Amino acid sequence: METTAMHIANGIVDGPVSAVFAVLAVAALAFCVRKARNDLDERLAPMAGLVAAFIFAVQMLNFQVLPGVSGHLLGGTLAVILVGPWVGALCVSTVLIVQCLLFADGGLTALGLNITNMALLGTAAGYLLVAGLLRVLPRNAQGLAVTAFVASVVSVVVASQGFVFEYALGGTTELSLPWVSGTMALSHTLIGIGEGLIAATTVATVAKVRPDLVYALRRFRKPAPVVEAGVKA
Amino acid sequence: MGGALFLERVSPVHRLAPEVKIAAVLLFTIIVVITPRTEFWAFGGYALLLAIVAVAARVPALWLAKRATIELPFVLLAIALPFAGQGERVDWLGLSLSLDGIHGAWNIFAKGTLGVVASLLLAATTTMRDLILGLDRLRCPAVFTQIATFMLRYLDVLADDARRMRIARLARGYDPRFLWQVKAFAVSVGALFLRAYERGERVYLAMVSRGYTGRLPRTSENRAPMSQWVTAAALPVATAGIALIAGLG
Repeated sequence: METTAMHIANGIVDGPVSAVFAVLAVAALAFCVRKARNDLDERLAPMAGLVAAFIFAVQMLNFQVLPGVSGHLLGGTLAVILVGPWVGALCVSTVLIVQCLLFADGGLTALGLNITNMALLGTAAGYLLVAGLLRVLPRNAQGLAVTAFVASVVSVVVASQGFVFEYALGGTTELSLPWVSGTMALSHTLIGIGEGLIAATTVATVAKVRPDLVYALRRFRKPAPVVEAGVKA
Repeated sequence: MGGALFLERVSPVHRLAPEVKIAAVLLFTIIVVITPRTEFWAFGGYALLLAIVAVAARVPALWLAKRATIELPFVLLAIALPFAGQGERVDWLGLSLSLDGIHGAWNIFAKGTLGVVASLLLAATTTMRDLILGLDRLRCPAVFTQIATFMLRYLDVLADDARRMRIARLARGYDPRFLWQVKAFAVSVGALFLRAYERGERVYLAMVSRGYTGRLPRTSENRAPMSQWVTAAALPVATAGIALIAGLG
């Protein structure tokens, strides 16, 4: 496992702003739970649990980018394409909460900020792009791969800009905001490109083997005709 | 699970119910974060409190120090702040440093470290199962505790799945290790998702066939006795005391 944190720690953003975002995150997640139940009804707990375990496991798989430099997938956009925005946001939040409590990754008081950036902003941006792009691009493995790549890059950068916004509201030190924003955007574009390449290939693989499992494609499919009960001879 | 931080010890802190520990750590962290950054000695007091808890919990200092390196990226950010900060500047060893930046660096370093050490102490003295149980008893919505339970239960299974796929690939003579070979990595991530999702469906069906209706049965109602709440409250109360004295002084 990586030994360094990428989640906001305590003391970076001040108390009141952290509290506001904690309330925001709780409200948004409550909404996500309601929508996710529409997708999965009573299957929600086991399925979302397994998808969250998948995200967590994927984050533990390191791949070498250059000799000595390794990275790992964040998995937010991937989850959104595969299981939809509501379940995706729930799974990413669960991963963040567990990382905070069990691995001390990310501050307890910054949990609301981290959930807002990665689980809400990141997935929302990713999913809106996916929904938009799939209207114009072919709805097959290639189209989905391009979509996944673009959505991953944008979602990672948007999540990083969420931090800049929170820092602008409650940053504990005066910094030049364009500088923070630029640095975050640049570094996260690089992260996003790596993320996008892997997410694209992964989604294409799943779309070839089990297209019925890809939430982003399911949206566009007509519901299967209801077969009348009874045996046809 | 490989990365979990639980330390098997016999100590009064280990024996406390998980919900009182979670509440104590949360309150402690909140008080630390809202303490004004210039109350330098208050932070010393907080550190002393954590040291007392660590000794009581029999968690070695070296163990804590090693795990606390998780906040290294933020320490690097803190080091950059005196140079990047704005406002009044001071000269130190021929370097022009921002006073606000120095305070900001101290703020991140002190609050970040105290928060990480407090979280580490919680994770070191509470098993994963108990942490989830504690969240449940603190009225955390059942959806979350259930998702988290399933996640932790199957994390090992999925990690093993991933390991087996890697070994199978190595056994066939392919070891992708560079960026341009990323396809093999991504294909196994895709396969891992399929295995995870299909396993989820099987788990769900197995549960339904055993009478699952969307809620897990409660196994134990052993809530923490009042005495444990009082014991655990010692940490946030002492912390608040230090904060108050610092605020008045």
